[in-house]
Amino acid sequence: MDIIIASFIEEVIVPKFNYWIYVILMMIGLFAMITKNNLIKKLIGMAIFQTAIILLYVSVGVKSEANIPIISHHGHQEHVENAQDEKHSSKLEVSTDDKSDKSDHHAIDKDKFANPLPHVLMLTAIVVGVSTLGLALAISQKVHGSFGTLEEDEILDQLKPGGHD
Amino acid sequence: MKFFGLLSVIIVGSLLLSATKDFPDWGDQDSPANEGPVSSFYIEKTEEKTKVPNMVTAVLADYRGYDTMFETVVIFIAGIGIIAVLRTYGNNDSTPKNQVGDEGAGLLAKITCSLILPFIQLFALYVVAHGHHSPGGGFQGGVMLGASYILLALAYGLARAKSCFSEKRTLVFAAVGIIIYVGWGVLCLIMGKEFLNYSALDSILPGGVEMARSHSMLAVEIGVALTVTAVMFSMFSNLSTKGRLDKGL
Repeated sequence: MDIIIASFIEEVIVPKFNYWIYVILMMIGLFAMITKNNLIKKLIGMAIFQTAIILLYVSVGVKSEANIPIISHHGHQEHVENAQDEKHSSKLEVSTDDKSDKSDHHAIDKDKFANPLPHVLMLTAIVVGVSTLGLALAISQKVHGSFGTLEEDEILDQLKPGGHD
Repeated sequence: MKFFGLLSVIIVGSLLLSATKDFPDWGDQDSPANEGPVSSFYIEKTEEKTKVPNMVTAVLADYRGYDTMFETVVIFIAGIGIIAVLRTYGNNDSTPKNQVGDEGAGLLAKITCSLILPFIQLFALYVVAHGHHSPGGGFQGGVMLGASYILLALAYGLARAKSCFSEKRTLVFAAVGIIIYVGWGVLCLIMGKEFLNYSALDSILPGGVEMARSHSMLAVEIGVALTVTAVMFSMFSNLSTKGRLDKGL
């Protein structure tokens, strides 16, 4: 039994642990949004949900052996020097070959940089998340001002035709 | 209610978890997202075409310029929305209860804040201006700059922070940031290319087409930073005083 569990963890969870964490976090947020009675707790659930989505996207952009998607100037200089060395050594070769060789050396190895696109998309998501969270807090403050409570069932009681008002 | 919530969460969660086996592994270099032509193009061509080593900034401010522009507008609308929902003018009968007076925090906190505030603001400006070469950009720097004013309000009271950054000034800054961004796009239109196509500006900016794009990114990031700074502080001051803007936390 222990072996089965261990092999399950090793083969199913470990290679995809980022997706497991994202699903668990997202379900925590969804559960809070569905069942919690307090509006602020619902907002916290929404924030956890958004964080889970951000985690999913950023973890999709991860490459092993890759660094942040910023080209360092130091590495760039090395590239140029290598290309020049190559040019000197291969002077005798045919000119067309030389040209293709050079362009290969100038190309940036895309396995050395993390995927920048999810980062950009999630920057948008973070900003929109802050905006929605701020607006939602403002509205819940207003709700608290007019109902005196942030509990959903008490607000619904007051909103009923035969309620307190 | 709790039971049905738990049930639906478990069903959805197990469906999502059963789908994860089709997903690429952690750190897979050859996953569809990492192999796709779009991100490969961004990684390989951004420095050659824009002279900006930070691909995230280049994609954010140049290739996805429309997206970022309306993102800034979303922030602006959120700030305006909070003011529209919360802000009350005049003397209301609801006097602030259970609120600390406006004298701010204690002496130690005041002195510490006054010592670190200039460095926070300097670092925020660095993050905005150096976003092309290191992690950073308009949003990050703007949030830091806004946080410095929030720190001022927490330490010295909201009145002191408002004397630096009044409500009218926050609204003007938020609007000016968007005007800078949109105006830069319109400038590209006037110079004869598409909206937000920064390569149109190489005749008025030094350094060729690539540097024109790089400088234009700096310009729009400054616009973004202005809007974010103003809206962050406006959000804080409205939320912490229930829209009265008299006494802070």
